[in-house]
Amino acid sequence: MKVVLENLTKKFPNRNKKEHGEVTAVDNFNFEIPDGKLIGLLGPSGCGKSTTLNLICGLQKPTAGKIYFGEDDVTDLPVENRGVGLVFQNYALYPHLTVRQNIRFPLENLRGKDKMTNDEMNAKALEIAKLVQIDGLMDRKPSELSGGQQQRVAIARALVKMPRVLLLDEPLSNLDARLRLQTREEIRRIQHETGITTVFVTHDQDEAMSISDMIVVMKDGVVQQIGKPQQVYDDPVNLFVAKFLGTPPINVFRGVVRGGKLYIGDAAVLDVSGAEDREVWVGIRPEGFIPAADGALVCKLSGVEVMGRDISIVSAHADSENEVIRSIVSAENAVDITAASVHFSLKPNKVFLFDRADETRIPVSAQ
Amino acid sequence: MNTSKSATQYEKIEKAARTRSAVIKTVIYTFLVLWALMVLFPFYWMLLTSVKSYATYNSEYIPKFFTLSPTMQNYADAFTAVPLADYFFNTVIFTVATTAIMLAVIVPAAFAFSRLQFRGKNLLFTLFLSMMMIPNELVIITNFTTITNLDLRNTFPGLILPSVMSVFYVYLLKENFSQIPDELYYAAKVDGTSDWKYLWRVMIPICKPTIVTVTILKVIECWNSYVWPRLITDNQAYFLVSNGIQEIRENGFGRENIPAMMAAVVVISVPLVVLFLIFRNKIMEGVARGGTKG
Amino acid sequence: MENNSRKAWLYLAPAILFLGIFMVYPLIDVFIYSFEEGYNSASQTFFGVGGYNYSYVLHDPYFLQAVKNTFILVIITVPLSTGIALLISLGLNAIKPLRNFFQTVYFLPYVTNTLAVGLVFMILFKKTAYSDGLVNLFISFFGGGTVDFIDGPYWAKMFVLCFYTVWVVMPFKILILTSALASVKEDYYNAARIDGTSRFRIFYKITLPMISPMIFYLVITGFIGAFKAYSDAVALFGTDLNAAGMNTIVGYVYDMLYGDSGGYPSYASAAAIILFAIVLTITCINLIISKKHVHY
Repeated sequence: MKVVLENLTKKFPNRNKKEHGEVTAVDNFNFEIPDGKLIGLLGPSGCGKSTTLNLICGLQKPTAGKIYFGEDDVTDLPVENRGVGLVFQNYALYPHLTVRQNIRFPLENLRGKDKMTNDEMNAKALEIAKLVQIDGLMDRKPSELSGGQQQRVAIARALVKMPRVLLLDEPLSNLDARLRLQTREEIRRIQHETGITTVFVTHDQDEAMSISDMIVVMKDGVVQQIGKPQQVYDDPVNLFVAKFLGTPPINVFRGVVRGGKLYIGDAAVLDVSGAEDREVWVGIRPEGFIPAADGALVCKLSGVEVMGRDISIVSAHADSENEVIRSIVSAENAVDITAASVHFSLKPNKVFLFDRADETRIPVSAQ
Repeated sequence: MNTSKSATQYEKIEKAARTRSAVIKTVIYTFLVLWALMVLFPFYWMLLTSVKSYATYNSEYIPKFFTLSPTMQNYADAFTAVPLADYFFNTVIFTVATTAIMLAVIVPAAFAFSRLQFRGKNLLFTLFLSMMMIPNELVIITNFTTITNLDLRNTFPGLILPSVMSVFYVYLLKENFSQIPDELYYAAKVDGTSDWKYLWRVMIPICKPTIVTVTILKVIECWNSYVWPRLITDNQAYFLVSNGIQEIRENGFGRENIPAMMAAVVVISVPLVVLFLIFRNKIMEGVARGGTKG
Repeated sequence: MENNSRKAWLYLAPAILFLGIFMVYPLIDVFIYSFEEGYNSASQTFFGVGGYNYSYVLHDPYFLQAVKNTFILVIITVPLSTGIALLISLGLNAIKPLRNFFQTVYFLPYVTNTLAVGLVFMILFKKTAYSDGLVNLFISFFGGGTVDFIDGPYWAKMFVLCFYTVWVVMPFKILILTSALASVKEDYYNAARIDGTSRFRIFYKITLPMISPMIFYLVITGFIGAFKAYSDAVALFGTDLNAAGMNTIVGYVYDMLYGDSGGYPSYASAAAIILFAIVLTITCINLIISKKHVHY
C-alpha cells in the first residue's frame, strides 16, 4: 500500500496565551511513500515528525492537505476505520492482559465478515508471535517482560490485523544501547518478511540511516530533505541536514570564496571553480580530512583518540564553529601526537559549502 | 482489512462517525448539566427561601422560583431570635483550637516517625496505623463517660480534647516528611542544626502544602462535626452550628418559620463554601489523597 | 543514633497521650462495658458479667429496625452512588470545555454542613399545611399522587434518606473516579481506537479493569461509610429517629448512650461492637472479592 501525503499541514492554537496566532507543526508536507518500503521520519524533538505520524494514523486531523492510502482518500476517515497499526513509544501494552490477550485484542474487534473464531484468533496470534519470536511468552503479563520483549509484543499487536500501514513512534528509545542495535535489525527483518509499508519516527539519525529505505529529515514542521540515507548524507541540501546526519558530526568552519578558491582563515584549502566570491559556511565530514605534511588546513592538535581500525584526531581551529574538530582517519596514518599542529588536505566530495545567510547548499564543483 | 473501499463508502463512514460523536457529546453534556442542577438546586432554594418574607413564603402554595421583593429580615431574625452568633462563635473557637492542637501534636509525631531512630519505632508505627481501623463509634462511648466523669460536659476542653487526634494525618505527614532526602538532614547536622530547628526551618517549609491540606481537611471536619458535640453539650451556650441548626429546627423560630431557618443555614454554610472557592485545588487534591466521607 | 531514643519519645508523647486516653483505653473499655450486665452510669456498678447486653440489643425491636434501615440504605446507596459517580466521571473525562466548572460544582456538597443542607432537603420533600412541597408539586404536575416524604410512609422516608445520602457521598466518589480515569494513559485509548475497538468495548475491556482498584476502594469505603449513616437521617427526620422509624445502627448506639431513652452505656457498647463486627465482615468479604477481580 503506497501512502501519499499531499500538502499536509497541521496547525495548533498557540498554547502561550500571550502570543497570538497558531503554531505550525507540519507545514505543507508532500511525499509519496512507495509500497512496501521502510521510511524513517527524522528530526530533532518538536520538528513535527510525531505529528506527521499521528496525522497518518488518524489520531489527529490535518488542518489542510490530503492523505491517500493507495488510491483511497483517508483524510477524514476516523482512526478506527483506517486499518493502520501503531507501535507506541512506551508500547501501551494493556497491563491487565497477557501477551496472548494483548495480541488478540485487535482481532476481537473484527465484526461482520471479518469476524474470527476463538481458534482462528489464537492461531493468528501465535503466528505473529512466532514472527517476532515471543511465542514462548504468551501467558505472561507485560510487567513480567523485559523492555525488548515488550517492544516485540507491541509490534506483534500492531501487525496481527495485517495493517495497511505500520507506524512506529520512536520504537527504540526505551531500550538500552545493545538491545537497540539488535531490535533495529529485527524491525528491518520483520518489515521485509511482511512487506507492509512502514513509517517510523526517530530523533536518532544512526537508527534512521541504518534501517530505512528512505529518510525524511524535518525541522520546525518543514521537510528539509527526502532521499535514500546515503544520498542524503552525501548530498545534504542545507547546513541543518548536514549537521544532523553523521557521527561524529560534521565540522563547520567560517570560510570565504575568493577568486575560485576556498579560504579558511588565510589558507586556501580547495579550488572551487565557478563559485562567486562570498562568505560561506564550510562543512567538512570527519572522514574528509587527510593528514598530509603539505596540507593547507593547519589545526592546533589537541590529541588522538584510538578507535581500533580508525583513529580520531582531535584538533582546534580559530575559524571553526565547533569547539573541537574531529577527523576520522585510518589508523595506518602516522600522526605525531607530540606536534603542536596537524596539517590536513581535504577530500573535495566531503566538503560542502553553504550560504552564510540562509544556510542553503551552494552547488560547486570542488577540486 | 486490506480490502479497498470506494470513496462513497468512506464518506458514509466519515459522516456516521461525525454524527455519532455529536450525539454522544450532546448526551454527555445533558447528563452533566442535569447533575449540576441536582447539586446546585438545594443551594439555590436555600438562598431563595432565605430572602422571601415569612408571609410571602407561607402564602405561596406553589412556591415561586424567584422573588421580586427580597428581604434581609430573615437574616436579622436568625441572629436575634436564636443565638446564631453564639453558635457561630463557638464553632470558630472549637475549629481553631482543635486544628491548632492537632497540628501541635501530629507534626512532632510525624517528625519522630520519619526522621528519628529509636527502638520500637516500627512496632509503634504499626500500632498507630492500626488505630486508623478503629471506628469512632466504638470509642465514643467511653469518651462520653470519661468526659462526663471529669465534669467536662458543656465545656470547651470537653468538646475539643477527644476531637484532636487524627491518626491518618500523622501518616500523611510522615509520608511527606520521609520524601525529604536524608542528605538535607545530614547537611543540617554537619552545620550544627538542632533537630527542632531542622523541623521548623527545613521540614515544615518544604512540606507546607501537605500541612495546609491537613489543616483545611481538619477545619472542614470540625466545622461540620455533629455527633460528639451533640453528646457532650446540652447547654445552648456551648452549641456548635450543627447542633444549633438541629435546635433551630426542633425548637427555634417556631417550627414553621422556614425562611428564617434557611437564613441560618446560609449563614453557617457560607464560610466553608468561601473557603472551598478560595482553596479549591488544595482541597480537592487533599481530599483525593486522604479524605473520606460517605 | 541510639541517643535519639529519649528525644523521639518526647516528640511522640503528646500523640501517644491523646491516642491512649481517647482511643486505646476506650477501645478496651468498650469491650468490658459490653459484658458488664446492668451497668449503672450514676453509681458505676454492675451486677454480673456475661452476654446479656448482646442478647438484649439483638432482641430490641428498635435495634432490629435500625439494622434493617441501615442494610437497606447500604444496599441501595453504595451501588447507586458508585454507578452514577462512574457515569459522571466518564462524562467529565470525555469533555474539555466547562470541565473545571462541573468539577467545582459537583464537589460543593462535600464542604457543606450535612445537617444544614439536610434541612433544605426536608423542606423540598416535606408536606405541610401551607404547601405540599416542591417535590410533591412536581409529582402531581406529572399526574402522580402526593406523599409526605418526611412524615409519611416508610418507603417514602427511605427514598429521601437514600436520595440525600447519595447526594452527600457523590463528591468524594466523583473526585476519586475522575482522577483515576485521568490517570489511565491516553496511549491505551489511542491503541484501542487504532485497532477499531468500539466505545463500549474500550470501556469494558480497558477502562474498567484499569480503574478497578479505585472502584473497589470506593465500594469498601462506601460500605463502611453507609453502615455508619446517622447525621443524614437526623438532618431529615430530627433527633428522635426511633419515633420516625428511621433510626440507624449508629443512631441506636447514641440513643442508648444519651438521649430520650439513654443512659445505658452497656447496651450502647454491645450495639457498637455488633456494628463493628458487621462492618469488619463486609469489608473482609469485599477484600476477598476484590482480590479475585481487581487486575493488579
